[in-house]
Amino acid sequence: MSQEANHYYIPTPSTWPLTGAIAIFFMGFGAAFTVNKLPIGYVSLAIGFAILIYMLFGWFGTVAKESESGKFNKQVDSSFRWGMGWFIFTEVMFFAGFFGALYYMRVLSVPWLGEMEIAYGTSVWPEYAAGWPTAGPGITEQFTPMGAWGLPAFNTALLLTSGLTCTWAHWAIKLDKRSQLKWSLFLTIALGALFIGCQAYEYMHAYSELNLKMTSGAYGATFYMLTGFHGFHVTLGAIMLTVIYFRVLAGHFKPEHHFGFEGVSWYWHFVDVVWLGLFVFVYLL
Amino acid sequence: MAAVHHPDNELGHEHEHHGPPAGIMRWLTTTNHKDIGTLYLWFSFAMFLTGGVMALTIRSELFQPGLQIVEPEFFNQLTTLHGLVMVFGAIMPAFVGFANWQIPMMIGAPDMAFARMNNWSFWLLPPAALLLISSFFVPGGAAAGGWTLYPPLSIQMGMGMDMTIFAIHILGASSIMGSINIVTTILNMRAPGMTMMKMPLFVWTWLITAYLLLAVMPVLAGAVTMLLTDRQFGTNFFNAAGGGDPVMFQHIFWFFGHPEVYIMILPAFGIVSQIIPTFARKKLFGYSSMVYATSSIAILSFVVWAHHMFTVGMPVTAQLFFMYATMLIAIPTGVKVFNWTATMWRGSMTFEAPMLFSIGFIFLFTIGGFSGIVLAIVPVDIVLQETYYVIAHFHYVLVSGSLFGLFAGTYYWLPKWTGNMYDEGLAKTHFWCSMIFFNITFFVQHFLGLAGMPRRVPDYALQFADFNMISSIGAFGFGFSQLIFLYCIIKCIRGGPKATDEVWEGADTLEFTDLPSPAPYHSFETPPKVK
Repeated sequence: MSQEANHYYIPTPSTWPLTGAIAIFFMGFGAAFTVNKLPIGYVSLAIGFAILIYMLFGWFGTVAKESESGKFNKQVDSSFRWGMGWFIFTEVMFFAGFFGALYYMRVLSVPWLGEMEIAYGTSVWPEYAAGWPTAGPGITEQFTPMGAWGLPAFNTALLLTSGLTCTWAHWAIKLDKRSQLKWSLFLTIALGALFIGCQAYEYMHAYSELNLKMTSGAYGATFYMLTGFHGFHVTLGAIMLTVIYFRVLAGHFKPEHHFGFEGVSWYWHFVDVVWLGLFVFVYLL
Repeated sequence: MAAVHHPDNELGHEHEHHGPPAGIMRWLTTTNHKDIGTLYLWFSFAMFLTGGVMALTIRSELFQPGLQIVEPEFFNQLTTLHGLVMVFGAIMPAFVGFANWQIPMMIGAPDMAFARMNNWSFWLLPPAALLLISSFFVPGGAAAGGWTLYPPLSIQMGMGMDMTIFAIHILGASSIMGSINIVTTILNMRAPGMTMMKMPLFVWTWLITAYLLLAVMPVLAGAVTMLLTDRQFGTNFFNAAGGGDPVMFQHIFWFFGHPEVYIMILPAFGIVSQIIPTFARKKLFGYSSMVYATSSIAILSFVVWAHHMFTVGMPVTAQLFFMYATMLIAIPTGVKVFNWTATMWRGSMTFEAPMLFSIGFIFLFTIGGFSGIVLAIVPVDIVLQETYYVIAHFHYVLVSGSLFGLFAGTYYWLPKWTGNMYDEGLAKTHFWCSMIFFNITFFVQHFLGLAGMPRRVPDYALQFADFNMISSIGAFGFGFSQLIFLYCIIKCIRGGPKATDEVWEGADTLEFTDLPSPAPYHSFETPPKVK
């Protein structure tokens, strides 16, 4: 490794953030128009995504180059650690919002719906049992809830194993065992991809056989939003791992200098932990 | 002078010698905390005027009873967007602008920790603002359910609501990136010797503010995402027929919303805590108690949210808990007010514009704090909920609190930023006009609220006519007073008597003691010595 930079690295002016802002401009308008079924929305959304992907390649590529050329000293590395840590904290709070909604409905508002009286003993929904899982008192379409011990349990095993292989990769990077590193990373990505596949299959199964949909009241909403956002995060994590994999193939990272990898592994463990919460509160209980 | 650059170092100096790119590219591509701070401040000022025009349209309609200027539907859009634009477009970005300019200089850092991401945080704001403002022009108009976006109204509205939701997502992403940057800068970029308990209070308050933002902006993102899926994808989070609950939105929203009000006031506390010691020429009284008070306010802010919704029908035990928890906040806030007062006690005080605004802040913010305690009392709140008393209360904390803090900070640091002294006479005129017209506008709204005038109405009963007319006159006075502020700033940027390096004789933070005026484009590439 070249001599460590003695100054905190401040990047020169860059067009990447502006490119990203333009992407977000197209995506914001595109999303608003798309959900209102205006044809221009899809175009705008597609343009936005294309620019965003171009920006991500360019921006992260620049950072990877800077990292490999030794511009980041210990203090910069430490900034990345703080930054990634706080970012994961915001993700935790995002999921906390949805877990909070699940808790609120299961423990508070659904039981209240069963006890609702207008006046003089007349109930709004006299027939409503107010148990869980429920689609609510006003939705008559029946559904079957998702069981825990089939595919979801297998998915739990998949993600936990991928957590192990990810840690294996971390040790490999630290001990400079490059071929072990490639294999363990590859395994982690494969397990992640398998998880996403199983999740997709589970959704198809839920829609076609269990009649469990986004529109299936409180249960359907929390089930799909929680598992959906988690699945989205696993997808992001898997993409990030793939980028790291190609960087490893290109010979990046050193035993003492590899926060790019480590940040992604933190993220991967985070989605792992969220899944455990999901498994317990969405599937099991 | 431990400033500017050292041409002999080998690494990281490619940008030092030729400065920023010329013209518009400087602002589009900048990674410099001072440039980005300037962008934030001008953006927030533009949004302040935009939201101000909306406010004046509202006040014009309310000048007399009856409907005369705008349609009721449009009136509702105006109140909604006025709130959103002022909160997310004016107050919050203005404080981030101050953070960008000041935090690196005050802790002796070369720049923000993530200079490129800093640029992105800013440049996400214009697309979000466009999304928000242009929603006026789509079929159905802008969101009109109030800035709090309560369902079921917000579920029923047109495309403007979706645009608002995505705008909030983008603003949230910007805030989160900005906050990660600020927290990391403060925790990791301090000059050697700048221990946590030596940090200027402005830095402390921003550290805690950024932490609050990181904790609650994602929750808001979740809340508006649920709104979006309820609107467009058939979920039933806020629909009782589907087992959801519209009140749940209020819980999630205010779990964000209450820390949010501290997000908007804590940096103002920080600014005032810098200014008062300078102009009293004494050290801040009770520095460590200020730090602890700020932290306790932040912690308490997570357990008081339901005082915004006492009338939704919650158990009495919950009402009692939230009432007492809310009143607890008066203790650390009181610590602060007494500390500021004690700092002035027997100080050799002078009353330049920053000090005037700070003293105005203490007086008026305290009034807003007191009306807050009044509103925290459940039986009183049940009477005053959704009346003009609430409007008066939060304009006392947000205008004469947050905004006066911003004015004070602007006059305090403008000489350091531009190298020129501002026109003290103009600034004092700005202060007195703002002070007088602010009170004309909002003090009478207490009476309107106590008499029972509801908020968010374009028309009202005849007995409210006189106070409404007074309030509208005050509002126009306050609005036009801000043009003095604009003129004063432009005049200061273009020239004026040269400011000394110290600027104010009592100032003791690094940007005044260790840097020239104007502060060089790159400051503290080599860390200063902190005593």
